[in-house]
Amino acid sequence: MTIHQLSIFLENTTGTLIQVLRHLKEAKVQLVSTTIADTAEYGILRIICSEPLRACEELKKAGVAVALSDVFALQIDNNPGAAADVVELFSRAGIGLTYIYTFLLRNKGILVFRTDKPELTAKTIEDNHLPTISEEELTV
Amino acid sequence: MIWNPNKECMSRDEMSALQGKRLHKIVDYVYHNVPFYRHKLQELDITPDDIQCIEDIHKLPFTTKKDLRDNYPFGLQAAPQSQIIRIHASSGTTGNPTIVGYTRKDIDIWSECMARCLTAYGVTREDIFSVSYGYGLFTGGLGAHNGVEKIGASVVPASTGNTEKHAKLIRDLGITGIACTPSYALYLAETMDKLGITKEQIKLRVGAFGAEPWTENMRQEIQQRLGLKGFNLYGLSEIMGPSVSYECQQQHGSHICEDHFYPEVINPVTLEPLPYGQTGELVFTTLTKEGMPVLRYRTRDLCSLMDGQCECGRTAVRMSRIEGRSDDMLIIRGINVFPSQVESVVLSMPEFAPRYMLIVDRGSNNLDTLQVQVELRQEYFTATFDTPAAIDELERKLANKLKSVLSIAAKVQLKAPNTIERSQGKSAHVIDKRKL
Repeated sequence: MTIHQLSIFLENTTGTLIQVLRHLKEAKVQLVSTTIADTAEYGILRIICSEPLRACEELKKAGVAVALSDVFALQIDNNPGAAADVVELFSRAGIGLTYIYTFLLRNKGILVFRTDKPELTAKTIEDNHLPTISEEELTV
Repeated sequence: MIWNPNKECMSRDEMSALQGKRLHKIVDYVYHNVPFYRHKLQELDITPDDIQCIEDIHKLPFTTKKDLRDNYPFGLQAAPQSQIIRIHASSGTTGNPTIVGYTRKDIDIWSECMARCLTAYGVTREDIFSVSYGYGLFTGGLGAHNGVEKIGASVVPASTGNTEKHAKLIRDLGITGIACTPSYALYLAETMDKLGITKEQIKLRVGAFGAEPWTENMRQEIQQRLGLKGFNLYGLSEIMGPSVSYECQQQHGSHICEDHFYPEVINPVTLEPLPYGQTGELVFTTLTKEGMPVLRYRTRDLCSLMDGQCECGRTAVRMSRIEGRSDDMLIIRGINVFPSQVESVVLSMPEFAPRYMLIVDRGSNNLDTLQVQVELRQEYFTATFDTPAAIDELERKLANKLKSVLSIAAKVQLKAPNTIERSQGKSAHVIDKRKL
């Protein structure tokens, strides 16, 4: 139900992002999706990629402040309102989203998110038979 | 081993008597040879006859770095130029450098003190000793060099630069001792790694490290990587150069060559002398110097003094590690701030690496601002911290602690691991952008 995401602390200055991407390129890691939560001084770079465990080790070796986090990943239809319908379910269950981002994969919408109540989130996903997507499917 | 037990293990009473005698003589000497000191003493209504024992030192005026600059180049020189056989210049980052002239006797005493240091470290005439302080205007190179020759070891004047060649010489000549800055020692270790020279292939066993502040952690790292025992070597060109104090095998403080350099620790604000054990600004009076003697020179180094006989047999007063610099003291919105206060807070939080930078600026509203940059420790960045809210909370935690210690608010900026430069110089922890 959850997949691995790399979370990386980056200073908000020129050249910090490319350093990380270079390391991933050298390690032959395939990016699936990236997003940055930025502030004036720093950003948290979030990456979904192939072989996240190995990618994390490689970045650690290179001295990067990186952590593996477990995030939920759901498939949604590529239609207007599809995301709203899913988030509505969590909202009704009293679950707060810490962050969320979406991307398209093979014409399917992918919703990635973290919440403040992981157990209740998992239960809500199961009860509503929401289609999850595995790490392997993401990087095929 | 002790180079000169007669002086290094003197009874305290004998030492005080000798210091008192020498103090009277040096005051008399500068009174008659340095107009700067004569005027200062006259202003205080003191004549050399008022100085009869070492306790009388408290009557004397202080000398500051500014006094040395203002009297550039030879204003404080006491000996005639014909008696000066060497001139060193300190690395002044601002304003005039400090010029220090040495007579033949000064150089002899310097070598004697350096011989005491090396002998305490366990260096003998059987050693091959590499001096990797810079040779030149800086006192490190030639100062250490003379001491190695004095004890009869083979000196290799490697100086700095060409580190690869130096690393090979250390292996091929079987060099057993080295004098250099602690950061150069680490650089040397890195160079050896690059060249594939292992700890087992070299014979280094003694390191004399000084000329920049260093920590116990650095000592452990250097010792581990180079397979030697590292000793502190303290000195400053205004007083002599390296050899003012040195660690013995006990490594519990550095013994001061007290028969030549009289130490005091004062409160840097009130200038009152502090008792043993209390941290304050270190002050030295040269008791035997001919070229450029100084009375109560304020080193700006913060440390404490220890008395009591050392297990090694030496009786000289010992000084602690340098804990900071009193001229690092910043006045921010009227409050005195020492970088060492920030350091203690940063070190108390395991989330941060023991590196930091203070950036002081003045805003458009004419109010001073203090920013503290700290480095996140890689292993403490976990999934919990993958939102700005969590990072901000961590910054706030540090900011609150800083505020309670400093009494002024500081803005915390978190930096990525290994992005703050390692401290090289004496006030590398501070960037003051205020245009005053």
